[in-house]
Amino acid sequence: MLAARALSFGFPGRTIGSDVDLELAAGEAVCLLGPNGTGKTTLIRTLLGLVPPLAGEVRLEGRGLAGWPARERARRLAYVPQAAESYFDFSVLEMVEMGRVAHRGPFGRPTRADRDQAMAALERLGIGSLAARPIHRVSGGERQLTLIARALATGAGAVVLDEPTANLDFGNQALIVEEIARLRSMGKSVLFSTHHPEHALRVADRAVLLREGRVAASGPALAVVTSESLTALYGRPIEVLAVETPAGPRRICVPS
Amino acid sequence: MIVPRARFALTLAASAAALLALAAWSFAVGPFPVAFADVVRALWSALTGAASGVAPNAQAVVVEIRGPRVAAALAVGAALSAAGASYQSLFKNPLVSPDILGVSAGCALGAGLAILLGLPIAAIQALAFGGGLLAVGLVVGICAWIEGRDPLLTLVLTGVVVGSLFGAGIALVKYMADPYNQLPAITFWLLGSFSGALPRDLATALPGIGAGVLAMALLRWRMDVLALSDDEAGSLGVSVRRVRLAIIVAATLVTASSVALAGTIGWVGLVIPHAARLLVGAAYPRVLPLSLVLGAGFMLAVDTVCRVAFPTEIPPGVATAFVGTPAFLLLLAAGFRRSA
Repeated sequence: MLAARALSFGFPGRTIGSDVDLELAAGEAVCLLGPNGTGKTTLIRTLLGLVPPLAGEVRLEGRGLAGWPARERARRLAYVPQAAESYFDFSVLEMVEMGRVAHRGPFGRPTRADRDQAMAALERLGIGSLAARPIHRVSGGERQLTLIARALATGAGAVVLDEPTANLDFGNQALIVEEIARLRSMGKSVLFSTHHPEHALRVADRAVLLREGRVAASGPALAVVTSESLTALYGRPIEVLAVETPAGPRRICVPS
Repeated sequence: MIVPRARFALTLAASAAALLALAAWSFAVGPFPVAFADVVRALWSALTGAASGVAPNAQAVVVEIRGPRVAAALAVGAALSAAGASYQSLFKNPLVSPDILGVSAGCALGAGLAILLGLPIAAIQALAFGGGLLAVGLVVGICAWIEGRDPLLTLVLTGVVVGSLFGAGIALVKYMADPYNQLPAITFWLLGSFSGALPRDLATALPGIGAGVLAMALLRWRMDVLALSDDEAGSLGVSVRRVRLAIIVAATLVTASSVALAGTIGWVGLVIPHAARLLVGAAYPRVLPLSLVLGAGFMLAVDTVCRVAFPTEIPPGVATAFVGTPAFLLLLAAGFRRSA
């Protein structure tokens, strides 16, 4: 779906990362891990085509990202940002309907079908009952779900989430991680960044560890997210433990 | 989802009905009162050319004296409100409007220069447009250069500073103006007034306002995406720069046309879009038409009260400040409370 080859990213005169090879295959979930300030967000913005690469290239479905017309790209590659406060108090349904904007021309008005698609996306995430609620009056977790529903409404096969669990309480973090698993089970290709290695172990097929703008390790999540690699990545001793829960075995990460 | 749509239709219909009633009242009242029936008959004959049967002096008062003034107040109120709603969406900032961004001051400087040079009305409007574009360009450029931590306040403060810079330019224009003819004309026009509106002024200003509002109406289904972060809008497939540029040009053209017509009238462009959002929610496709109607009605009401309620007329540009400043302070307080 989405592939980066020998990618350098950053801004003119300020390279943040380089030599990044990354691949998101159809139907898989890939987790991007790395300490603060290592360039995860800039990498994600480059992968989305929001900033041009300094070197190398990003390909979407085999074609260079810059070669896609904006609307064509938006129908294939969706972005879920961290939920931020906005002054404008749109309803939840209006937010999700904005995911359909690439399906019509510059002057086109949303159709009945657009509304149905938006509603269907809300239903699939189990928040159909919030449709008419103003976005200022839903919880942080529900707001993040709304943004995921918007990504679904675009109809894109690839979804990129930038720290979707940031600023959420513990319960809502678990909820969002489950929804990432659900996106994957719908056949979407999912790339997400997080500060919680456990999230990678929980839902990701593969993990990419980014340190100082370079790929420190990449591969199957269970093989890559280990005590040694996390200790090296974050510069603190970290232990990955296997625990039994009523729902089955889980891996957790603790500072040691 | 039927409910918000029905509510919008109902609100718009009620506002339009109130606007009609207000216009009828405005035509009727004044030192020379005219009966409602005569107002309707006089306007009908002016439109169709048929004989009205209304006394010639009443006919003249309605069509020639009050007609242009009512039309100017409606047009300017609608224009400034539409411009304010557009600036607020595209800058993602509830605190901006043509006057707070310094656009009105830029337009006023351009127009003042044109008056100083004795140029015709079309040139006044063109220079006003140029001055407005220069002001908004400066504000956007300075904000991009500062990259403030609080973009909301950075934009407002930059607008105020650029506005006062252009205000100094206006003061210079006044200083250089001929004190017997030009200075009173410029000063009176800057206060913001519809009493001097002539049909030929309207004929120049209305196409500008119409073109700008048409551009906003055509792009209205993309505007809400612009109110999201630029990254979100870009990833949703909207060419942020192009739409933003188009709307900035449209809103500035609309502002310039209304400044050329009636001078600088503040606060309308700030307050009316908020009133519209309170009534029908944040979606621009609903806020734009309602702002047009509410803005036109508000401006006409203010002008009519200013015209008839006091022993001498008060410039409506002064009166709007009495409504606008407390509204701005309330918004500011609400914004800070939310972020606290």
